[in-house]
Amino acid sequence: MRSSTARNPKNSARPPQNWLAENPLVALFVVFLGLFLLTGAVQPNFLSINGVRNTLLQAAPLGILAAAQTALMLTGGIDLSVAMIATGAAYVAANQSPNGAGVALLAGVLVGLLIGSVNGVGVALFRVNPLIMTLAMSGILLGLFTAWTQTVLAGSTQMAPFIKLLGGGAWMGSVPYSVLVWGGVTLLVFWLFRRSGWGRLLYAIGDNERAVRLAGVRVWQVRLSAYMLSGMLAAIAGMLLGGRTGAVDLQLAGAFLLPSVAAAVIGGTSIFGGVGGYTGTVLGALILSVLNSLLTFLNVGQAIQQMVYGSIVLALAWGYARLMRRSGA
Amino acid sequence: MSKPKLLLATEAIAKSYGPVTALRSVDLTVRSGEIHALLGANGAGKSTLVKILAGVQPADQGLLRVEGQIVRFRTPADALHAGIATVFQDPALIPDLTVAQNLRLSRIDMARFRDGLARFALEELDLSALVRELPLETLRVVDLVRAVARQPHVLLLDELTAALTAEQAERVFALLRDWKKQGRSAVLITHRLAEVMHICDQATILRDGRNVAELAPANVTEHQLVEAMLGASLEPTSAASRSKRPAGDTLLEVRGLTARHLLQEVSFAVRSGEILGLVALEGQGQERLFDLLSGNRQPTAGEIWVNGTRCQFRSPYDAVRRGVVLVPGDRVIALLPNQSVQHNLATPLFGKWTSWWRLPRNEEPQVQRAVAQLSIDTRAAAQVRRLSGGNQQKVVLGRWLVGGFRTLLCFDPTRGIDIQTKHEIYARLRELAAQGAAIVLYTSELAEIGLVCDRVLVLHRGRIVDEQDASHATESSLLTAAHGLEAPV
Repeated sequence: MRSSTARNPKNSARPPQNWLAENPLVALFVVFLGLFLLTGAVQPNFLSINGVRNTLLQAAPLGILAAAQTALMLTGGIDLSVAMIATGAAYVAANQSPNGAGVALLAGVLVGLLIGSVNGVGVALFRVNPLIMTLAMSGILLGLFTAWTQTVLAGSTQMAPFIKLLGGGAWMGSVPYSVLVWGGVTLLVFWLFRRSGWGRLLYAIGDNERAVRLAGVRVWQVRLSAYMLSGMLAAIAGMLLGGRTGAVDLQLAGAFLLPSVAAAVIGGTSIFGGVGGYTGTVLGALILSVLNSLLTFLNVGQAIQQMVYGSIVLALAWGYARLMRRSGA
Repeated sequence: MSKPKLLLATEAIAKSYGPVTALRSVDLTVRSGEIHALLGANGAGKSTLVKILAGVQPADQGLLRVEGQIVRFRTPADALHAGIATVFQDPALIPDLTVAQNLRLSRIDMARFRDGLARFALEELDLSALVRELPLETLRVVDLVRAVARQPHVLLLDELTAALTAEQAERVFALLRDWKKQGRSAVLITHRLAEVMHICDQATILRDGRNVAELAPANVTEHQLVEAMLGASLEPTSAASRSKRPAGDTLLEVRGLTARHLLQEVSFAVRSGEILGLVALEGQGQERLFDLLSGNRQPTAGEIWVNGTRCQFRSPYDAVRRGVVLVPGDRVIALLPNQSVQHNLATPLFGKWTSWWRLPRNEEPQVQRAVAQLSIDTRAAAQVRRLSGGNQQKVVLGRWLVGGFRTLLCFDPTRGIDIQTKHEIYARLRELAAQGAAIVLYTSELAEIGLVCDRVLVLHRGRIVDEQDASHATESSLLTAAHGLEAPV
């Protein structure tokens, strides 16, 4: 998309519908802005530095989980165990917190790496369908951690102060640390997707795995490493969430699974692979975050909130798909 | 005979895809009882016109008339209803259903369908077989017979004979002759000019999205057709460029290569600077041979030697690392349809995981060089799926100009490609050989052997039955050998 607009200066002469189709991220940004202003109309306090900060704060863990999802979706895969990986990593980090924040963070990331590797081996080497592999993994993890919370992980459920600071604190009292972490992840992901050979292969595998294999690439290595990255990102998101709440429980990240997929889909990443990018996902995460605030301010009750949330996600994904189709399939 | 009436006509049909104009203005008229050839180089707009006539895509501008009535097709079903049945370039059957289940989806008169199969000596075809387990050739016939069983006024056949044996193609022609006796018509899209001369009554020639000529093939020569398609006179490939080259080192050698019943004791060697042709009828084991050489599958017995070292290719990765690379028969399996030309061409650069961390600094110039060498049309370079077939084939070849190789395996690289692109590809292959590459070229067009190859092997029932010097090989000597016959004394 980027390159086509850059090489076709004639685009500006075409009707606005086409222009939007060629620049779908602009459309997405307009949706975000619209929702933000709407929320401000409902709750005037929201139109402030504080409102922006809250939006970013809510979006940070979601954005990181959605980064994992985006990387996998580009390959035509998916990770339905991100929420459980996040919860599990937070649990282990809390358990290790008495040994210091460094050990705790390292242990959490290792948990993510380990579970991601198992997912990756299943999908890349044993060719298990990614939906089945990660859904099953999610179930297994829930069982394991339920049992372990009574036994091996029976110790601390409190996060180390440093992790609490990362999750809930703010740099110089204004910029939340978790947003800074998200910023770092964003830079890393941008670099990986656009400036690395690995990123090229993510897109290529999702587009046509056979063509990549014939080009002399060992596809399983790319898939395995993508699941490993996904596991680590999920662990980071989980520890940020745990740090924000201060203590961990088994429902810590459960609510983030579907939004993590939705953010990527709204952002224009195809679940069939090969098409998309992280900019869209970031906007998707921001939109979902504002939407959450809006529904909270509307004060309409949990059931209606859920329905409205679901409908809007559906409408956005559908609208985006239509826009993309018009751009010429 | 009654006066032929106009069955199908287009008036100033135009179609664009984003910035790319596929059709500028096409007038096509098909009369009853007529076999009408639609000819043109790749990118001339043939496929787009077929899609419009079949109701797959609407035209941007222009009129469509069936028997004089203006029609507007919104869906393929509309076109069928109006009496236009299409056999597309790729089989339009669902691979995971049986033949019978596929037919049920399209509500076909089974008696007619069976009659049709009998015409192709396929009355024994097991209709409960899964489509994906049937050979391509059979599927093409099933596609055709299904279309015929609908008894349309006009049959649209897009590159139907490309995947058929000569025998089956002849049966298609017999069917078409009967077809036109019934006052029905057919539009034939093909790159095989012999077919056009043989069977067609009229030919409309497209160039650059316009119809530039309508001719009766009976009144012109094949050369005149080609010149009309190219809009220029044809330059013969110079034979001088490929004489007197020193024989280089042996780059690839196979000894006793065997794969179950498909290949038996195949041995040959190909040297640097040499283009080794391979000729075979459909299904003589050539697909498997290329699969083995490119590491896609493993042999049951036999050895592969690269540069004097014995190798085991467990995956294409191993073959590519040894410099043995494949341009597959079906270009779709080697393309990334949604990625740009540049990303497609650069894919082989990321074979080793040590090259994953950054983009190579010389990617851009290397890609530019390949684009220039192959003169790839980059107007629609943002997504390879928007390129024409010939351009896509160039991208598949171009991947290896960027990635680098010693031995190039080409499986029918010019199938379904226009004549101009064909000649460009021949010239590039000769150039690559002159620069020291070894090339193994399987081709279904015997005329290519004399044009590009140095030596030619003939494969029959999984064995190499003949070897000829390409400059002395004739189509008849090759065909004789390909049928497993001895040359007449």
